[in-house]
Amino acid sequence: MQTEIAHPLDVYLRETGIHNIWCTGCGNGILLNSFATALKELDFDLDKIVVVSGIGCIGRIAGYINADSFHTTHGRPIPFATGVKLANPELKVVVISGDGDLFAIGGNHFIHAARRNVDIKVICANNFNYGMTGGQQGPTTPLNVSTVTTPYGNIEHPFNLVHLAAGSGAVYVARWTTLHVRRLTESIKKALQKQGFSFIEVIAQCPEIYGKSTKMGNAIDFMNWFKKASEVQTFSDPAKAEVTRERIPVGEFVDIEKPTYEKLLREKIVQVENRTRGGT
Amino acid sequence: MSTENRALLTGKHFLSGDLACAEGALAAGCRFFAGYPITPATEIAERMARRLPQIGATYIQMEDEIASIAAVIGASYAGLKAMTATSGPGFSLMQENIGLAVMTETPCVLVDVMRGGPSTGQPTMASQQDVMQAKWGSHGDYEIIALAPSSVQEAFDLTIEAFNCAETYRVPVMVMMDAIVGHMWEKVIIPSEDNIKIVNRKKPSVPPKEYMPFKPEQNLVPPMAVFGEGYRFHATGLTHDEDGGPRTESIRVQRKLVQRLCDKIRENSDKIVRTKGTMMEDAEIAVVAYGIESRAALSAVRKARADGIKAGLLRLVTLWPFPEESVAEIAKNVKTIVVPEMNYGQLVREVERAAKATPVTFLPKLGEEPHRPEEILEAIKGGTM
Repeated sequence: MQTEIAHPLDVYLRETGIHNIWCTGCGNGILLNSFATALKELDFDLDKIVVVSGIGCIGRIAGYINADSFHTTHGRPIPFATGVKLANPELKVVVISGDGDLFAIGGNHFIHAARRNVDIKVICANNFNYGMTGGQQGPTTPLNVSTVTTPYGNIEHPFNLVHLAAGSGAVYVARWTTLHVRRLTESIKKALQKQGFSFIEVIAQCPEIYGKSTKMGNAIDFMNWFKKASEVQTFSDPAKAEVTRERIPVGEFVDIEKPTYEKLLREKIVQVENRTRGGT
Repeated sequence: MSTENRALLTGKHFLSGDLACAEGALAAGCRFFAGYPITPATEIAERMARRLPQIGATYIQMEDEIASIAAVIGASYAGLKAMTATSGPGFSLMQENIGLAVMTETPCVLVDVMRGGPSTGQPTMASQQDVMQAKWGSHGDYEIIALAPSSVQEAFDLTIEAFNCAETYRVPVMVMMDAIVGHMWEKVIIPSEDNIKIVNRKKPSVPPKEYMPFKPEQNLVPPMAVFGEGYRFHATGLTHDEDGGPRTESIRVQRKLVQRLCDKIRENSDKIVRTKGTMMEDAEIAVVAYGIESRAALSAVRKARADGIKAGLLRLVTLWPFPEESVAEIAKNVKTIVVPEMNYGQLVREVERAAKATPVTFLPKLGEEPHRPEEILEAIKGGTM
């Protein structure tokens, strides 16, 4: 008689959510696996974590994780997460969303949450395009790339996300590709344990949409590209970490200490409460 | 003085509508405010920025109104009573996430201190131009609750009621305050704790394994778990089943969910709706008004009575769900209904619809000033002819 053996990460996945929407070869599954592995290796209490996502393929991830989770409107996971974190600072609040959600429609929220140093973790699956809507150009699409909305080639300069995060005030900034599973998992673990606004960019393949429009090929071709182009350049200048066809600088770029918004808020409240108490 | 006592400033005060609204929120148990500066609602944020830290609670100024309402929804899911306050342009920005709050059944309160629009319009000048937007501003079919204070005392009282409705029905509730009520100063009596009715959301009574986050119980409203308490539930702006999981291609689930979101307000409207009739018993002409306009209307009705005209006032305290039955009822007994509004024709459409065959005279008003009682009196007299 055969016994059914559970996958070691099953406990981290919501039973009802396992039929995911992602295409074969999509990088999002690797990210989910890395995130679940990080939780497992940290023996994280699933009752004390909230996963928040926005709109897009990766946006469905909140529904797949066996924790409290919320799938917001397009671009708004960061301010929602800010509300959760400030309302209950005991919770670990993680935003997992895409490049379009976090940096086009939601770009303003990203820079302000980083500036405030709200203790939330933001993990961005960057696939260089809007996959769910059929492969339109986005804020990270490289120059000259043809997409369905840049049929003659993209003329917009893309964001260098690690530079943007560092410049906005994030205390932890890392970039890995979906090829770097172990290092990505380590970065997620580090971010989860760090106090302050932490950002991890995950360069993720989108073989079915982006791969086809750019003729970059299937998931294996993407992996080969990541292998060939990635250069581990830990603590190098984020300004020089642009992603190009030839070069993907990866590694940790920022790891600093700075008082969080919640800490400063708590201190302020204690001050004000004492003053108010003294005055009555 | 304990922290909780500092939240409730029991006693007699001289306040503006904006400030009374902030105190009403604190009295109701609001412990999170996220907002963005905007005339003429900024005083609410300023009061909250000063008051919330005094009671150990959180004020945050967000980067815009979209973020403000998003943070409010997040704070509500993390268990706090939460509010934001804004005016027309900010209210427009909030509309998409108002839909999210409706879809995820988030108890929360939004105050809109109405100024002149469209667009940037007249920031420092009052209007009642957002009353239809309150109902219809977000996309899709939905119902919300909106209340319209007509005095500073009522700004306090109705903000408490807004929180109570939000907690009872798990719905965003709007306090639609024209900027005149927002900025005028009047006496406010803040009652003692025992004399304020506070409603808190119903929590699940089942263990986490059995919890269905969107399975309705009493009044078609599902009990609400809080993040971090072990329920491990999912909420989404997508069409979802009772288990919270997205069902984007199910006709059955879409019908069932959207109907319930609407029906939990429609079917409970007799419990929600409040109107106040003055001299309506034998009235042959009724004025239907709300907010600051209802005060000019009351004065006009008194003048009409002094002139021997049987006029009465039906003041709408609840704007949404629209007090359809109250209007239909008075329409049976009066010859004409007069509707003065500080806009170019909004809630009058609802009055006309409810009044059926009874003629309705609309008095529009654009710009800061509400109607003078004489203008309304003239319309009352016109209705007797």
